[in-house]
Amino acid sequence: MIENSKDQFPKTASGINGLDEIMMGGFPAGRPVLICGGAGCGKTLFGVQFLVNGILNHDEPGVFMSFEETAKDLSMNVKSLGFDLDELQESGKLKVDHVRIERSEIEETGEFDLEAIFIRLNHAIDSVGAKRVVLDTVEALFGGIENDGILRAELRRLFSWLKEKGVTTVITGERGKQSFTRQGLEEYVSDCVILLDFRVIDQIATRRLRIVKYRGSMHGTNEYPFLINEDGISVIPVTSLNLTYGSSREIVSTGLTQLDDSLDHGGFYRGSSTLITGSAGTSKTIMAAHFAMASIARQEPVLYFSFEESPDQLVRNMESIGIDFKPHLDSGLLQIKASRPSLQGLEMHLIRFYNAVEELKPRTVIVDPISSLITIGSSSEVRAMLIRLLDTLKNKQINAVFTALTQANFKDKGDLTVEAISSLSDAWIDLNNNRKNRRQHRTMRIVKARGMGHNPEAQEFMITDNGFRFTIPTEHMTDTTN
Amino acid sequence: MKKEKKWELRLYIAGQTPKSIVAFENITKYCKKHLTDNYNIEIVDLLENPQLAEGDQIFAIPTLVRRVPEPLRKIIGDLSNEEKVLVGLNIRPLDK
Repeated sequence: MIENSKDQFPKTASGINGLDEIMMGGFPAGRPVLICGGAGCGKTLFGVQFLVNGILNHDEPGVFMSFEETAKDLSMNVKSLGFDLDELQESGKLKVDHVRIERSEIEETGEFDLEAIFIRLNHAIDSVGAKRVVLDTVEALFGGIENDGILRAELRRLFSWLKEKGVTTVITGERGKQSFTRQGLEEYVSDCVILLDFRVIDQIATRRLRIVKYRGSMHGTNEYPFLINEDGISVIPVTSLNLTYGSSREIVSTGLTQLDDSLDHGGFYRGSSTLITGSAGTSKTIMAAHFAMASIARQEPVLYFSFEESPDQLVRNMESIGIDFKPHLDSGLLQIKASRPSLQGLEMHLIRFYNAVEELKPRTVIVDPISSLITIGSSSEVRAMLIRLLDTLKNKQINAVFTALTQANFKDKGDLTVEAISSLSDAWIDLNNNRKNRRQHRTMRIVKARGMGHNPEAQEFMITDNGFRFTIPTEHMTDTTN
Repeated sequence: MKKEKKWELRLYIAGQTPKSIVAFENITKYCKKHLTDNYNIEIVDLLENPQLAEGDQIFAIPTLVRRVPEPLRKIIGDLSNEEKVLVGLNIRPLDK
């Protein structure tokens, strides 16, 4: 929930990952929300997730009134996403009512009203004690009832009745050509309107969501990508868009004594982000592994995203230089998530990234390398999204380490990856690998370290059986390298 | 008219509203005229039995349902147009 929410009307959790942050707390409690979008954009699922999570996480029973799918079809269709509607119905927390309207068997003559829908809804709400209601898709009524005038008047009455009843209602509507919904439902539900969109960009299917209107409340105004995966719907960015996170004064070790000694405070601040750049073969992964081991030594869980090596390969390679990941993998203190960047769209990666952070609650996150993620999404919009996601880590006071591959002749500027992340990261370490006099010269240079003085000199190191070993001791140097 | 199976009609209402009363008067009048005694009208008040609305898929009030003879037919509204009701229920007028 958002800090200044006391000034606002009550809100209720939407049950959609990441949406509450954009809506500054969630749906308006006890009021209707209109979800509109074209066919297949996830409207029904949106409604189901709102209900199911309301039941499971907030003990708010729900009613799903379907005007299209039968109760059986509905529960089958959402089963693959892990929602068991049958079980919830049996436990008396959910009521699914299918309103079937068959034009061919109905004749109209004279005055009528839709009181029977009110009665059915009221009966369903009372039978489970519902706090949440979904009407999916109420526009189907327009196909079954000739008298448009009565229908519109009745819908207006229905929505205000639901408001009086004090239930939070999600109403889905089919996207129209000129208006948000085909039948102009937005005229009747004017408190909160959310637009879902499904389109293909660069041959990648993307789903997007926009809050068109949210009366009386602040909200994010961008188009936010969302995903439908085995956890249901998740919206990114999953972070509040401000810079209000606290800044820790606690210092944590980098795992490298020489590097700690090159920083005035003997390490980096907790919750800071560190960028490690370098061309191919400059030991970026090894340095990241040292950071990981330092976190493990503090008994703080590490989440390692590997986009180039499989977990096995990473473990084997680190073992060869004396860094033993294996016992920590077994104890769960270290988790490695490996995947090929090109396998999924950037958005999918970001969601998985976020979900893993939520689930495993690491204190240190390593992304190796982050540059490969950036290459799969090209637009600046996508890069901005990534940056917001990295902000999430900071909000949670998680130490972040990103490695980024740069060109060999790279000179601090002109590299897209580095430009995107360097301004965001608190510290920047550049690794270098030169051949001089038939000898490998590996050097490390602290390009920047926010909030603390540091040694700006390039320092030479070697990779030994025990990982990093600095070869030119400074006056602070202790006996770590025998 | 041949002796056929008895017509079974059901009128769904929600309380004694003017529309419901008019509908009941209308259907009683048409039945007397065209079906003589060969019919039965059951009134279901959804305010008393809300759970019955789901079974016959009722969404509008008043709704007249023809249960017998099959197939099921529904007419919504106060039944003020006799022609439409007779066509909807597939009752052939006795005269003519």
